[in-house]
Amino acid sequence: MRKIAIYGKGGIGKSTTTQNTVAGLAEMGNKVMVVGCDPKADSTRLLLGGLSQNTVLDTLREEGEDVELDDVRKMGFGGTYCTESGGPEPGVGCAGRGIITSINLLEQLGAYAEDEKLDYVFYDVLGDVVCGGFAMPIREGKAQEIYIVVSGEMMAMYAANNICKGIVKFAEAGGVRLGGLICNSRNVDFELEMIEQLAIQLGTQMIHFVPRENVVQRAEINRKTVIEYEPGHDQANEYRTLARKIQENEKMVIPTPLPIESLEKLLIDFGMAG
Amino acid sequence: MESSKPLYSGESLEELKQDILKKYPTKVARKRAKQIIINTIDEKEKVPEIGANARTIPGILTQRGCTYAGCKGVILGPTRDLVNIVHGPIGCSFYAWLTRRNQTRLKTPDDENYMTYCFSTDMQDSDIVFGGEGKLKTAVQEAYDLFKPKAISIFSTCPVGLIGDDVHQVAREMKAKLGINVFAFSCEGYKGVSQSAGHHIANNGIFKHVVGEDDTVQDGEYKINLLGEYNIGGDGFEIDRILSACGIKVISTYSGNSTYDQFANSHTADLNTVMCHRSINYVAEMMETKFGIPWIKINFIGAKATAKSLRKIAEYFGEQKLIDTVEEVIAKEMPEVESAMADARSHCEGKTAMMFVGGSRAHHYQELFNELGMRTVSAGYEFAHRDDYEGRKVLPTIKVDADSRNIEELQIEKDSARFRARKTKEQLKTLADKGFTFKDYKGMMPGMEQGSLVIDDISHYETEQLIEFFEPDVVCAGIKEKFVVQKSGVPMKQLHSYDSGGPYAGFRGAINFYKEIDRMVNSRVWAYVKAPWQKNPELSGSYAWE
Repeated sequence: MRKIAIYGKGGIGKSTTTQNTVAGLAEMGNKVMVVGCDPKADSTRLLLGGLSQNTVLDTLREEGEDVELDDVRKMGFGGTYCTESGGPEPGVGCAGRGIITSINLLEQLGAYAEDEKLDYVFYDVLGDVVCGGFAMPIREGKAQEIYIVVSGEMMAMYAANNICKGIVKFAEAGGVRLGGLICNSRNVDFELEMIEQLAIQLGTQMIHFVPRENVVQRAEINRKTVIEYEPGHDQANEYRTLARKIQENEKMVIPTPLPIESLEKLLIDFGMAG
Repeated sequence: MESSKPLYSGESLEELKQDILKKYPTKVARKRAKQIIINTIDEKEKVPEIGANARTIPGILTQRGCTYAGCKGVILGPTRDLVNIVHGPIGCSFYAWLTRRNQTRLKTPDDENYMTYCFSTDMQDSDIVFGGEGKLKTAVQEAYDLFKPKAISIFSTCPVGLIGDDVHQVAREMKAKLGINVFAFSCEGYKGVSQSAGHHIANNGIFKHVVGEDDTVQDGEYKINLLGEYNIGGDGFEIDRILSACGIKVISTYSGNSTYDQFANSHTADLNTVMCHRSINYVAEMMETKFGIPWIKINFIGAKATAKSLRKIAEYFGEQKLIDTVEEVIAKEMPEVESAMADARSHCEGKTAMMFVGGSRAHHYQELFNELGMRTVSAGYEFAHRDDYEGRKVLPTIKVDADSRNIEELQIEKDSARFRARKTKEQLKTLADKGFTFKDYKGMMPGMEQGSLVIDDISHYETEQLIEFFEPDVVCAGIKEKFVVQKSGVPMKQLHSYDSGGPYAGFRGAINFYKEIDRMVNSRVWAYVKAPWQKNPELSGSYAWE
């Protein structure tokens, strides 16, 4: 079983990319579980065809200790298992602690057990690595592989670099490695070259460049992944390619985060300063 | 201060200090060097500057407690008719529950006493994740429904600060709903340098939410408050006995044997007397600014100090009737004290003590040891500030660091309706001319011997080094140090909880202490702590790194 966490700046398209990639892996015959680690609980919407999931934490709160795996895990597109951690309303409590509780509960309930015959677990994690709780999926070997979703926008690259710092911190203790950057294009000038260069400087690879395409938006409105909504579309093939590349990926590294000056220089070198 | 030749030369103490510091990394050694001071006193009673109220270095086994412990455990733990709800996991509540042996005495069997209860919101994982405000409101409601108390207070533990529960908003809401006083403390354990921060937060809260709530003027003459006396082992009962015999009325004690109503009414007293300068001097200052009550430093630990304090209170009120009664009480009490003192002194004279405790006890108890003819070779506080060592005269020179700024400093103004100057300008001048001093605390160091060793925030390692060097006859500290000391064959007296003894304050308390120390330092049992083979081994070896 490969345990993969997807990180990246908020709004970069982590959930969309994750679910489309998972759909691709499922099509290839893999058994995949997606664990949404975002209090908004919208990481499995496209696979489930809507937001109908009881979150782990809500269930835990309502049912007490008496929780069954089936209460918190739903079957989605292509036989994927979908769970959502959930969490508090904005501005109260501690969402990070929620992630920890939730993942621990899933473990106790046997969601990762061998008889589940999982090929992949995907953690879709909110925003940046903001506190200990959000780093939970990469701590203590819960996820071994990280992919960072990034675009050519400056703040997305900043965030990617920051996440790499988090990975370095846990790499030695937990054995987590960076599998690569996924460029979710925003049609920024020289985006492909710039992200490839960023990947090299971080000591990793740009595993795939996902072009910007409006069908993604249409599929989302219809609560579907592109692979389900328009299986024949070129964009569906892009996600299938990404899924295959991840399946075949063997380049796992401890990244080398850049000093801010180097990151800024990269942007200037590619003409972003105008 | 007894003026006799120093027991240890300056050079040997300096050597000890350097030996201790040698084990530390450079930065740690530099910091600790400022907190380990060989006492010198010049003719103006000036002593060297000591580092105090600074963060303990992680990894060092400190004596200190946390801010929450200072707020809940020390200051408000002893108030019997206040329901103290701890908002947090159960351990924080359980371990701050009646652990200080602060006693209380109900006026009638029907009086409220919640000290025997342990109130907690018992936060669970889901309360941390989703926020615990709802559970806190339920807890306040439940406590109210069960007991209908006068007031409820809420204490924040560490996780509450981390997840951002607004305990003050909950308090306001429940106060409006229930119609009783409900107030909260942001006293998360990690705040501040030591429990001292918690004392400050607690006292600020009492001042803000309770003091002045009840303007009833009580009958009685010579009305005082006793600030910074926590009634450990019944100290407060003995002090009350003496004051009552003198005809002095205690309106409120902060906070031993205290009640909510006493705090609410305490602004009607005519004098504030401060025992533990560290934990409460700012309350005395605020009461003076707002209500016009002057304050003096007193000390009821030690028979002579007790007599001196009584005389000072009598001098303040200035009435012959009181002065005479005080003298009568002292004359009546002293013969028994002196006989016990002489008896114990004949066995204890010349022996030595070390004391590392509190924010005032390490100073006050030197009085009792002096009365036994025992010398305090080394002493220090656990959580005091520089003014408690060097005297209030250094207050303007104390640097306010970020940790202190983290603790709210109340801006107090004169209460124009209720401010009442207790003394006229002429009366104050007459007192001053006679050498009477208000708000005066000289600190511990000017009262100690030249060449004694003063250590702030001592660690276990340093304690062991000191025991080896000084070979004291008794060590006074707290529970965390107790067994380390005893295992080295030295008797140990806890001055936080008094073990199971006390009271040690006032006249009868002094007698108790003489007997207790006599018993401890003259017991032969301590010589047997080390087994024969530890003293005379058949085989011996050394570690490779030595």
